[in-house]
Amino acid sequence: MSRSDVLVDAEWVASNLDAPALVLVEVDEDVSAYDKGHIRGAVKIDWKTELQDPVRRDFVDKTGFEELLSAKGIANDDLVILYGGNNNWFAAYAYWYFKLYGHENVKLLDGGRKKWELDSRELVTDVPSRPATGYKAKDQDLTIRSFRDEVVDSIGSKGLIDVRSPDEFSGKLLAPAHLPQEQAQRAGHVPTARSIPWSKAANDDGTFKSDDELRKIYGDAGVDLNKPIIAYCRIGERSSHTWFALRELLGLPDVKNYDGSWTEYGSLVGVPIELGDPK
Amino acid sequence: MTQGCAAPAQTASLPATVDLSNEAVIQGTVTREGAPVSSAYARLLDSTGEFTAEVVTGDEGVFRFFAADGDWTVRVLAAGGVSIDSTVTAKTGEVAALAVAI
Repeated sequence: MSRSDVLVDAEWVASNLDAPALVLVEVDEDVSAYDKGHIRGAVKIDWKTELQDPVRRDFVDKTGFEELLSAKGIANDDLVILYGGNNNWFAAYAYWYFKLYGHENVKLLDGGRKKWELDSRELVTDVPSRPATGYKAKDQDLTIRSFRDEVVDSIGSKGLIDVRSPDEFSGKLLAPAHLPQEQAQRAGHVPTARSIPWSKAANDDGTFKSDDELRKIYGDAGVDLNKPIIAYCRIGERSSHTWFALRELLGLPDVKNYDGSWTEYGSLVGVPIELGDPK
Repeated sequence: MTQGCAAPAQTASLPATVDLSNEAVIQGTVTREGAPVSSAYARLLDSTGEFTAEVVTGDEGVFRFFAADGDWTVRVLAAGGVSIDSTVTAKTGEVAALAVAI
């Protein structure tokens, strides 16, 4: 797999806005970002109200995903280009989600909304209307999704990567520093997890670092790239970003995202937790 | 429902739900020729220079972080290649204020 199979740059998107069978999708938690301005032709997906089950903590099921993509006017053979704010956190999360349900042709816009804005490229407020499709999803590809029991069993064997900020890893903070800190779960990290913040994989403008830089970052941090790897964060979206870097950019065969992440793990009764700075 | 990772609205006044006595707030405004700049990016770096958080300024040019006690750097990015670093010390129960002119 090469980088161009999974990532496009802003210039490419600007030149291909009117290409047939191409759908731009902005994925933000903050839907007002899309409403204030988005790339021309882009549709919006809200990660929480549209990708999450409204009752249980889980994703929409296969039928729900089919209904969502059909309503958005996305067909099975469309090339989907995902982008978003927060350095593409939620776009990477949606990318992982599209792969989970078997969409073949999906790529990320490198740098996401931030790079697009810092380049002073055009944003519009017109909302496109796309005719509905009859989208068919596949069963979830569980080779890229990890659950809590596997994480506990992986302590000391598989490579665990904690992609939160160093202060969340050590237990000093319970959430990213743009959020209030009162949370229900215990602080700390999964024992044996390496602390490699998601941001190590990205430049200031939100674009991904080169393959050589990525290999060096994870290698220097003591991650054996030949072993199975599980990435986690607080709710599973920053770890999607790292999952993308490892599996899609570096092409590692066995990388999973633990979407339960710290809000689940830190609430479990009886599981081991470690505190303190990275060793 | 698990709270997501989106920042609360970046407004000049602290959200009513936040109890300042438990938070070490770093807050500031980004201005260009005295006028607030929206859609600038403020990145919070810890004392080792590691990325900790990022928010986009709102209509009032405001950014806000809930940090921990200690020394931090705020890096403001904006269109035109702007990148300005400011250092700040945060303390629980206080709002450390910054003004960044670009």
